[in-house]
Amino acid sequence: MSNANHPSPSPMRAAWRRLMRHRLNAWALWFLVALAILCGVGPEFSPYDQAEQNLELKATDPSNEHWLGTDPLGRDMLTRILHGGRVSLEVGLLATGVAALIGVIYGMMSGLAGGRIDSALMRVVDILYAFPFINFVILLMVIVGREFWLIFVAIGAVEWLTMARVVRGQVLALKNLEFVTAARASGAGFWHIVWKHLLPNVTGPVIVYASLTVPGVMLLEAALSFLGLGIQPPDASWGVLIREGANSMETYPWMLLYPGIFFSATLLALNLLGDGLRDAFDPKSMSQQ
Amino acid sequence: MIRFLFSRFVQGIVVILVVITITFSLSQMVPGGAIRNERNVSEETKKAQEEYYGLNKPWIVRLGLTIKHYATFDLPDSYHYKGRGVDEIIASGFPVSAAVGVAGLTIALLIGVPLGAIAALRPNTLEDRGSTLAATLGICTPSMVLGPLIAMLFGLKLRWFNVAGWFDSSDWVLPALTLGIIYSAYIARLTRGSMRETLAQEFIRTARAKGASESSVVFLHAMKLASLPVLNFLGPAAAGLLTGSFIVETIFQLPGLGQFFIAAATNGDHQLTIAISTFYAALIVGFNLLVDILQALLNPRIRLQS
Repeated sequence: MSNANHPSPSPMRAAWRRLMRHRLNAWALWFLVALAILCGVGPEFSPYDQAEQNLELKATDPSNEHWLGTDPLGRDMLTRILHGGRVSLEVGLLATGVAALIGVIYGMMSGLAGGRIDSALMRVVDILYAFPFINFVILLMVIVGREFWLIFVAIGAVEWLTMARVVRGQVLALKNLEFVTAARASGAGFWHIVWKHLLPNVTGPVIVYASLTVPGVMLLEAALSFLGLGIQPPDASWGVLIREGANSMETYPWMLLYPGIFFSATLLALNLLGDGLRDAFDPKSMSQQ
Repeated sequence: MIRFLFSRFVQGIVVILVVITITFSLSQMVPGGAIRNERNVSEETKKAQEEYYGLNKPWIVRLGLTIKHYATFDLPDSYHYKGRGVDEIIASGFPVSAAVGVAGLTIALLIGVPLGAIAALRPNTLEDRGSTLAATLGICTPSMVLGPLIAMLFGLKLRWFNVAGWFDSSDWVLPALTLGIIYSAYIARLTRGSMRETLAQEFIRTARAKGASESSVVFLHAMKLASLPVLNFLGPAAAGLLTGSFIVETIFQLPGLGQFFIAAATNGDHQLTIAISTFYAALIVGFNLLVDILQALLNPRIRLQS
């Protein structure tokens, strides 16, 4: 959409600039990038395997060999936390991706169709909002034996409702604007309008809402794992580690605290970034500051 | 109004029917049934049991029977707790969940609303920053971390309360505190946002101009409108709180509905699984309706439409 010799920056670039103007947002972003890299490659560089037990080192304090100590089975805590972080982040991102995909397609269809089809589709969303989804997810987990891919598909399949509403609202507002009419008048086909005019304009709200969905999804994964229904030990996610920590907190409180701190810091950064993105993409909320 | 209530009622029936169907279909995939866990069962007993629970019929008939059970309020027996109706089990679990939920919700409102209102009234001051920081930290602390920490502090270190179980009359305190702190963070954030938006509106200026005192402007004029987003959040949240937050019931080992549901889902106790899901759906429908009516009462600009 932006033109090389156009003086104003593209909307994406302007939003990026507004986002990075606040130091807190930049910190949150760099923290998340660093964490993602650390969780992504950290376990590979660790001299230990996350599931490797060493019963001679039962719940030791931090040392030069084990920077965050070991758990009661002698597994290296840091390796396990980083590995768990990788699993939690993967679930968070993939589930949000699934939710965004379903939400965008559904919302686009509803907004573009308009009229009766639109109100029927939105009525379905209204009805789905009243569903006890956590019960369905628990049942799904019991059925399919707690497979990794199922966790994020199941979570994604229940988190798309608000995304669909957001996209539908945007499409309804956009599709009758002059530039779309102009494109249609100059002979642009349906898919051209969808790809070149509508999708780029819903990207902002979708990014904002997706960034606010990721922490919710990570909490849901952690909740399922905490209940023993999500990721199964000896594989680890932060939910699994917090569960193990909660079970032995009386004797080894740090087993709960270390993964808890990692998880909370990540949620904090994600929330800050989400709020920052909302301000960056929505000039109205900017003006209130 | 009548039309609105009627259409919502019909919508609620649809929700409950669909929830029964989905839970029924899902639970058919869990290996289970009335006699799964018993060994050395003779063929005749097995047949008799299947006959009693209607397990020998094709699934579509069983789905029809299940819906008929709920339509006539003649609820079936649990597979696992022999001879007990699912309604009996809900009646034993729900008071536990509800006691913790109501207390948690009260704590959340008592902390959250004042915190958010103070932040909104004094923008960009220390109070604002402090309460916003507290709310953000609350949102970022998952209940499965906060719960054990609270249990450790008040239960193990100070020994004020039991760490787990449902024996003493004070056993609701710690779980309610956990839920209350987490939800108060959300409520404070919502209150702050909507209060600030409301205070900037014209009718607030009018109220000030006609000489209303500051406290009446805030508590009578602004609070009415500012509570709408909070109410909107509370509808689904309240239903979730009342039927048992699965996490908190697990941490504090409360015999609430959430624990019954997890046990039923893993044991293959299909009847109880369906019953609790349906109960939950009915509560959500009820609370959403309540929120809609309250919103219309609070905001003259909202009309109830079918």
